[in-house]
Amino acid sequence: MSTLDLNCRLQRSGFCLDVALSLPLTGVTGVYGPSGCGKTTLLRIIAGLESSDSSVNFGDQVWQSPEQFLEPHKRSVGYVFQQPGLFSYLSVRGNLEYARKRAAGQSTDIAALSELLGISKLMERMPDTLSGGEQQRVAIARALASGPQILLMDEPLASLDAARKTEFLPYLQSLHDELSIPVIYVSHAIDEIARIADNLVVLHEGSVVAEGALSSVLSSANLFRSDVSLARTVIDAQVSGFEADDGLTILRFDGGELLVTMPQPDTECVRLQIAASDISLTLVEQSDTSILNILPAQVAAVDEVGSGRVLVTLLVGSSQLVAQVSSRSAQQLRLAEGLQVYAQIKGVAVLA
Amino acid sequence: MRIVAPDLEAILLTLRLAFISTLVLLVIGTPLAWWLARSRNRFSFIVDALVALPLVLPPTVLGFYLLISLGPQGLFSGFSLAFTFTGLVVGSVIYSLPFVVQPLRDAFTSIGDRPLEVAATLGASPSDRFFSVALPLARRGFLTAAVLAFAHTLGEFGVVLMIGGNIPGETRVASIAIYEHVETLNYGAAHFLSFGMLMISFGLLALVYATNRRAGVLRA
Repeated sequence: MSTLDLNCRLQRSGFCLDVALSLPLTGVTGVYGPSGCGKTTLLRIIAGLESSDSSVNFGDQVWQSPEQFLEPHKRSVGYVFQQPGLFSYLSVRGNLEYARKRAAGQSTDIAALSELLGISKLMERMPDTLSGGEQQRVAIARALASGPQILLMDEPLASLDAARKTEFLPYLQSLHDELSIPVIYVSHAIDEIARIADNLVVLHEGSVVAEGALSSVLSSANLFRSDVSLARTVIDAQVSGFEADDGLTILRFDGGELLVTMPQPDTECVRLQIAASDISLTLVEQSDTSILNILPAQVAAVDEVGSGRVLVTLLVGSSQLVAQVSSRSAQQLRLAEGLQVYAQIKGVAVLA
Repeated sequence: MRIVAPDLEAILLTLRLAFISTLVLLVIGTPLAWWLARSRNRFSFIVDALVALPLVLPPTVLGFYLLISLGPQGLFSGFSLAFTFTGLVVGSVIYSLPFVVQPLRDAFTSIGDRPLEVAATLGASPSDRFFSVALPLARRGFLTAAVLAFAHTLGEFGVVLMIGGNIPGETRVASIAIYEHVETLNYGAAHFLSFGMLMISFGLLALVYATNRRAGVLRA
């Protein structure tokens, strides 16, 4: 499988980026980290917008090495900036045509792209007559119209207010489903990333803290010693039934079934998120409880994460769940690898 | 008013000089302003200072050096540009250079890096980015620069006096003709020329401000 190989070194006053990564060139890779951790700089290095002592190899193409530097316009990237950055003197169509005319490979289909991003009706408008969300959708369509081999997105939702974000998210989802090119999606909002990413890289102060498949990174303990509130389980589940009387949807994943109060979904597959703090553990299955979802599980790991808290990795079937309990509870229950417990799931969030 | 024909000639010559100088200034000033706006060379301030010199120098100083360097013993030995229309164009271009470079430079600077970076990631080469992004975004700067260059050349006197002299149809521009009329106490002709210049200058500036205002309304 071809990869994007990065070896980035950049020294600025008060900031140092030192990252070696090999990112798969399939699906969506989320890059998560707090502000100022070097996420944007990493994207800029990939696109060739930042001069640095780095090497960048895209599959078998050398984009940057100590001996050579491929200029940004010769790298086949689509870049979506935090601010839409539309050309104010061109209409929406003009902006898309600007990119299409400069596409290196075969010509892209503007009509299909504008359909995908829901901007077909805006084609003759000027950018300053569009809402922030519309502008950002045009910016994404424009980046794709240049026929890139990879799409880089730098916090595309950061400039939008909460309502616009909600309106925008379905488009991100359809991008994830429709795009054949890899996407690198940078954000400091873990919920956004959990929603669309397949892989996850976590950056902290210029270096990589964790990387790998989204669900395994999000449940790995060493990542969350600094911020345990991030710990969560992400599950892709199948819709297997709907109980209209109670408004309950039955979702099946390879660890069992979950009942979720939600309107009947129109898709077959949904992505669920369970915060680690929303799972509690019991040694005996409780029957006199309001909690709907109780799954038998086996403790796979117990990790002290500080501040009197313990992160417990659970095996449910072949799925991993992560629960957060207090150190006191862990001692009282004598939690240890191999112990059979019951995971009581208090809340399930449906991401997409 | 028996000298109307030569005075009309002086006005037409002035307009021709201003028009040609403005064209030359835009051709020279655009790349210079672009370089000054984008350059991270730490010695670019020297070029900045050189371009701004005509703002502070007495026109006679500029005219004197031009006379020396453009004359028969000057840079192009045996070939004199002094007291020719071409010499006037050279003088005007140098004299009005800051009035073109500074607005263009400001316009280019205010574009910022982002639109150019966007264009680069969309596959536009550096020269493509200049023509397809920087020029359209700096269009108001070009209007300002062109009008200032034109108007400033119209009002030029000292440099012309030094290197152009007073040859009808060749170097006798309106400001020189007015000076000559006043010296010879021919106030009627001086009134005619002065009023002509006043109307042309006012008309030009009014046109620019009207255009700018309309553009402002459209942008809002």
